[in-house]
Amino acid sequence: MDPILQIKDLQTHFFTKAGVLKAVDGVSLEIGAGEIVGLVGESGSGKSITGFSIMGLVDAPGRIVGGQILFKGQDLAKLSPAEMQAYRGNRIAMIFQDPMMTLNPVLRIETQMVETILSHDSSVSKIDAHARARDALGLVGISSPDERLRAYPHQFSGGMRQRVSIAIAMLNRPDLIIADEPTTALDVTIQGQVIHEMQRLCQETKTALLWITHDLAVVAGIAERICVMYAGRVVEQGPNANVIAAPMHPYTTGLLGSVPGQNRRGQPLQQIEGMVPSLMNLPTGCAFQNRCNLVSDICTSTNPDAISTKDGRLVRCHNIAAGDSA
Amino acid sequence: MTAFILRRSLQSIIVLLVMSLIVFVGVNLVGDPVDMLINPEADQFEIDRVIRELGLDRPVAEQYWYFMINAFQGDLGRSFVFGEPALKLIIQRMPATMELALFSLFIAISFGIPLGVYAGLKPTSKISRTIMASSILGFSMPTFWVGIILIMFFSVNLGWLPSTGRGDVATYFGITSSIFTLDGLSHLFLPAFNLALFKLSSVIRLARAGTREVILQDYIKFARAKGLGEGRIIRVHLLKNIMIPIVTVIGLEFGSLIAFSTVTETVFAWPGMGKLIIDAIYNLDRPIVVAYLMIIVLIFVTLNLIVDIMYSFLDPRVRIKGVS
Repeated sequence: MDPILQIKDLQTHFFTKAGVLKAVDGVSLEIGAGEIVGLVGESGSGKSITGFSIMGLVDAPGRIVGGQILFKGQDLAKLSPAEMQAYRGNRIAMIFQDPMMTLNPVLRIETQMVETILSHDSSVSKIDAHARARDALGLVGISSPDERLRAYPHQFSGGMRQRVSIAIAMLNRPDLIIADEPTTALDVTIQGQVIHEMQRLCQETKTALLWITHDLAVVAGIAERICVMYAGRVVEQGPNANVIAAPMHPYTTGLLGSVPGQNRRGQPLQQIEGMVPSLMNLPTGCAFQNRCNLVSDICTSTNPDAISTKDGRLVRCHNIAAGDSA
Repeated sequence: MTAFILRRSLQSIIVLLVMSLIVFVGVNLVGDPVDMLINPEADQFEIDRVIRELGLDRPVAEQYWYFMINAFQGDLGRSFVFGEPALKLIIQRMPATMELALFSLFIAISFGIPLGVYAGLKPTSKISRTIMASSILGFSMPTFWVGIILIMFFSVNLGWLPSTGRGDVATYFGITSSIFTLDGLSHLFLPAFNLALFKLSSVIRLARAGTREVILQDYIKFARAKGLGEGRIIRVHLLKNIMIPIVTVIGLEFGSLIAFSTVTETVFAWPGMGKLIIDAIYNLDRPIVVAYLMIIVLIFVTLNLIVDIMYSFLDPRVRIKGVS
């Protein structure tokens, strides 16, 4: 499968008064056409900034300082703001975390949908744009879409608003959707519905999906491949089944251990001790050294390179035995 | 909606009644208008005659009673000085003040919003800092002093604009105003700018504060993620949100613009209601003072109602019951 998005050694740094914050520091990942990739990490791991870097929406004082973001062969990092704007919401769309905040409270749903179509293709008539907006609402499971188009965001529940956001993202049939924790703010039952809806829509429309989350359980259910980020780097990536069944990086192991499971009932939940180190002041060597129970001398002196394994994974850890590498 | 307007109108009438009582008693406590009106050489017989004629020999409560009876018939008393109905005198002067206040409001909005939004979008730029510093000056400099400086600079030193009075008027669409003639506009500009300065500063600060807050909201970022141009994001997504507080404040302050145009009208000898009330206070012309204050209260109450209704149109979350 040809990759639709290829990120190579992406570096997005924030130039603050206190110093340079390396939020994303050498991220490489690929997404195939129609593929669902899960990007997992805890708060501050740089997963959201990776998403915003792809969209060209990194806020000042942040800036992409290195690497390539190849979308169908075109490097997005090199585009002018106007050229990038033509991609946003058109070929690449994004869904945000909090559906209560993503829709403009004073504009009708119709306005917010129609403008998404017209800003990318001014030749579409108002009537056609309205029809497309209505169909998109119907597609994400909103009943009586004609009526709902006239409504304002506050007349929708959280789950319904997230469906509207998804409908907006889908409007121009993008090749890639970046979903930044789209279900975190929702009830568990609604969460399940929205995940299911997204999965179905992406399959039907052959849309690739980058699902950013801190919740491994969500990603385990839908992603074909999983990337685990820690302190601005991808520490492990590979096919879903392999990563979940047999994590290789100690951080991934720790993350999986932190998910409550039925077969461990009654036992204390495992946790990863300590905190993510300050991105302003990362230690020499591996960024995970202070929380890792396999730490050795080499971990504190050299930052591990990505090692590719036989089962198609890339892992940044010195503890991967030579035999595992391909 | 109808119920809402009815309820508010009823409240307004109560406010007016209470105000009339306070004002009426208040003006009766200060000074003796007879001293101001009558020839100092008049004898006691003459003085008594005038007091009786003006009804000042009766108790205040009785005076108030007659005032209320007449007020319900649309008569707010006769001016002691001019001998004409107070209401008529005020309404004669009202167009001049309205025109001044509206033109000031126009200046405040048309300059204040763009400047404030700019300062909010680029908070660190030199231009923004200059705008904000100037707005502090606009707030803190006394109106009368700025008025005098404006006259000194533009009328005396440069000779560009006339210093006092109202210019030629013309009538279009049934409205007689000096904004329709060049001479009228040249007379209007300085006093309007003077009166607008304070409002301009508050609009700038409100627009800036609103912009700084709204621009960080997720829905602005989402609008960018949809690929909208910066122009549409600012004109539609940002402006509609920051207009809510601005309309509230402007609407409520429009009343004060009318009420407190007194200072500007005095400095620029603008023949409006403000000039009339100042003269009336000097002469202890009680009916004019009372009538003027009643009209100002009515304007405030009406503006409040209009702002509440407009608010519900701007912000769909506060739709008044009965309006879909």
